[in-house]
Amino acid sequence: MTRVRIDYRWVAVFAILVTFAVPWFLWGDSRVFAGLPLWLWWHIGWMGLTAVVFHLFTRTAWDRGIVGEGR
Amino acid sequence: MVSALGIQLGVVGAYLVVALAVGLLAYRLTSRDAEDYYLAGRSIGTVVLLFTTFATLLSAFTFFGGPDLAYRAGPEWILVMGVMDGVLFAILWYVVGYKQWLVGRAHGYVTLGEMLGDRFGSTRLRAVVAGISLFWLFPYVMLQQMGAGEAIVGLTNGIVPYWAGAAGITVFMIAYVVIAGLRGVAWTDTLQGLFMLGVVWLAVGWVATAAGGPTALSNALATNNPEFLALGGGLYSPQFIISSAVTIAFGVAMFPQINQRFFVAKSSAVLKRSFALWPVLVVLLFVPAFILGTWAAGLGISVPEGANVLPVLLNEYTPVWFAALVIAGAMAAMMSSSDSMLLSGSSYFTRDLYRPFVNPDASEAREAWLARIGVALFATLTFVASLFRPGTLVSVGDTAFGGFAQMALPVIVALYWARTTRTGMFAGILGSQAFYLAHVFVPAVEVGSMTLFGATYLTWDYALWGMALSALLTVGVSAMTAAAPEENQSRFTDGLRAD
Repeated sequence: MTRVRIDYRWVAVFAILVTFAVPWFLWGDSRVFAGLPLWLWWHIGWMGLTAVVFHLFTRTAWDRGIVGEGR
Repeated sequence: MVSALGIQLGVVGAYLVVALAVGLLAYRLTSRDAEDYYLAGRSIGTVVLLFTTFATLLSAFTFFGGPDLAYRAGPEWILVMGVMDGVLFAILWYVVGYKQWLVGRAHGYVTLGEMLGDRFGSTRLRAVVAGISLFWLFPYVMLQQMGAGEAIVGLTNGIVPYWAGAAGITVFMIAYVVIAGLRGVAWTDTLQGLFMLGVVWLAVGWVATAAGGPTALSNALATNNPEFLALGGGLYSPQFIISSAVTIAFGVAMFPQINQRFFVAKSSAVLKRSFALWPVLVVLLFVPAFILGTWAAGLGISVPEGANVLPVLLNEYTPVWFAALVIAGAMAAMMSSSDSMLLSGSSYFTRDLYRPFVNPDASEAREAWLARIGVALFATLTFVASLFRPGTLVSVGDTAFGGFAQMALPVIVALYWARTTRTGMFAGILGSQAFYLAHVFVPAVEVGSMTLFGATYLTWDYALWGMALSALLTVGVSAMTAAAPEENQSRFTDGLRAD
């Protein structure tokens, strides 16, 4: 069997991306900024960040955990 | 009034006819690519892959169910859909999708059932997977018909009845698949997706301008529905947000038309690009769609019985023709995504059920006709069921997603753990389906201090418990049983090559 390396750093990164897509720390907060709730702005920004991180993942770590290192 | 009705019906009718014509044209112009698709040539490019997947989001669930929920309970639904679609689903896109793509490319699979059936040496497993998928596809197609019926009621203020809208979309759906062929669907998904994305933003701009700008709108909200601006509260508990996001995300990955797309990407570059663009696309669609529903609540829009908030809001704040155009666009987009569903559903039916069990030697032509008849029959049955209005759009959609989600963990276990056995798969898939179905259909009963078959256990949705059960059964039973001699244990793990 080919050895498949699981990269726990990326697992942690993905876990953080999932967890904070909802700004739990703003729970019950009703501040509004430019017509939209503050928590919604957080979400929009976070999704932008997620797209950037995903892009980095495809550039540097794609195949991790799925395809063996060969040899 | 009559003239407004004339404009509404004229715009909706004209749009649907144009959409059908474009579908036909797209099919003619791209028949080679499309043929590849039907023959499962792995040749779908980034834009088409992204948008056919995206098209699943362009459903009644997004356009009508989501804004309704935001109107009734607040805009937090944006977060649910964002987490689930933008982040969780994207990760599954890699974990399930990329893996399936590699396995599928190595062994030539076209459906999920085929892949699992081959790995576990069991045609019965193949049929079970196809059967369960078709079963849960039923409510989701029905959802589109319900959405169309309700949209027409809202647009015409009840002058055109619910059943007429639902029937209209059914006829168009069947025509689309039968006339435009079983093949041109992916391209029209793309066109409609782009159109709808543009139109939803126009609608936001229009309503915002007509109502005095976003700040005025949020002030109205602060006066009328102050609880909508605060994160959480009411329906939205952390448990609700997490349960919905998790079950829908895993469910989407098992949706026939999505799961099948995992096999058809041209190269891994296609999967990579789609993966990174996904969160952005999700925000671009969901934020405007659901914020419209929220604004409607602040503006004190009242929605007639059996209608959706979006058409009512647009009628109030935008010209009649524009409101009709948005609704027509949404209906057409819903139709084209239903076509994708019906198309994949029919390939599950012909490849995984009909060929292996009924007629292994059926000719291509016979199979194609059978698929068409199957589609027409399926759509007619969902139409009949949609007349009974078994729940709100979100509740029906949620039930379907939850049903698909029950299959996700056994599939993931099988993809990554070579010691998974056939018995383990049957236990995981059938056990969780039995658990889930019981909770959908059996009324809640009190046993001592506990409620059985209720909506939640310890405040968590039963769909989530079903998923846990599915993983536990798959892993536990696999650990206790030995692989059958026909199993190909290393099929999903050995010999996978990156591009």
